[in-house]
Amino acid sequence: MHLVAAAAAATTTGSLGNVGYGLAAIGAGIGIGLVVSKTIESIARQPELASRLQVTMWIGIAFTEALALIALATPFIFGA
Amino acid sequence: MPAGGFEPPSIDEFYPEAVLFAGTPYEMNRIMLIRILVITLLVGLLWAWSNTFAKSYKNKQYVPSRFQLMGEISVGFVRKSIAHDQLGEKDGDRFLPLLTTIFFMVLGMNITGIIPSLNIAGTSTIGLPLVLALGAYVTFIYAGIKKHGVKFFKTALLPSGVPSVFLPLVFLIELLSTFILRPVTLALRLTMNMVAGHLLLVLCFSATQFFFFEGQGFLKVMGAGTFTFGFVFTLFEILVAFLQAYVFTLLTTVYIQLALADDH
Repeated sequence: MHLVAAAAAATTTGSLGNVGYGLAAIGAGIGIGLVVSKTIESIARQPELASRLQVTMWIGIAFTEALALIALATPFIFGA
Repeated sequence: MPAGGFEPPSIDEFYPEAVLFAGTPYEMNRIMLIRILVITLLVGLLWAWSNTFAKSYKNKQYVPSRFQLMGEISVGFVRKSIAHDQLGEKDGDRFLPLLTTIFFMVLGMNITGIIPSLNIAGTSTIGLPLVLALGAYVTFIYAGIKKHGVKFFKTALLPSGVPSVFLPLVFLIELLSTFILRPVTLALRLTMNMVAGHLLLVLCFSATQFFFFEGQGFLKVMGAGTFTFGFVFTLFEILVAFLQAYVFTLLTTVYIQLALADDH
């Protein structure tokens, strides 16, 4: 096991930060998916509320998306 | 591009060399010049629009010209579907100058990211979004203090109806989320959207250049693929430019609305 890890460490190049950002994007991706899917569901149930639901949806997306974008900014803030 | 090898874009894209006044504190690079250009155009456009509105109102000219109609639709969008919807007519009109400024500034600065030969968004370094976010921050605190006095901070930090055991925890969370994270996320959301979009476009088009002029055989076909991707992402960037302007203005409005709301 240790040998495998050591071999992987010896042959892999590049930044672990890339993997980290990929992991961070999972959460925001799922979050935005939930926000949009629930909005679509609600609009399908009550089409006359569409415009108000869409405004709320954009606010929700903006908050969720901010997490992934903060993750994109962390390397510049905390330095490499 | 140096021969032999593909160079992916890096963060240095956003620190171009100085063009004017190099070595002085007033050093200007490409992004600064683009900002000045956009501001000049925006001031001219909005000034011309308001002139047209005033003239048609004075002359009782009720059928708008094409130019005036464009202005009415753009300014009316911010007024009706953002300010009035969220704040109501009275408060909406009170904060309309700030909201209009933020909307048009963000939109104008974002759209330079896809205009050929400018090719970088004015909002893609943190300075300008930070100024706009600070404007929004000061405004929603002003709105709250003006309406509720010092009680604004009490309702914002210590909401009623919370069990007193949790109050210290709620206080810390509210302090962090309302007074620190709001302006930070406003500025970061805009900047990082533009940074990511610009890097994607640079990646697509520099890869296209590499595949077409240095690639052999099959790689040339790959170039067509990356070019298509770049084209599609350019269209996507137009959408993002509008969306970010809308979201920034909408969030500012929501923050003002929350500050104006009475304690429940």
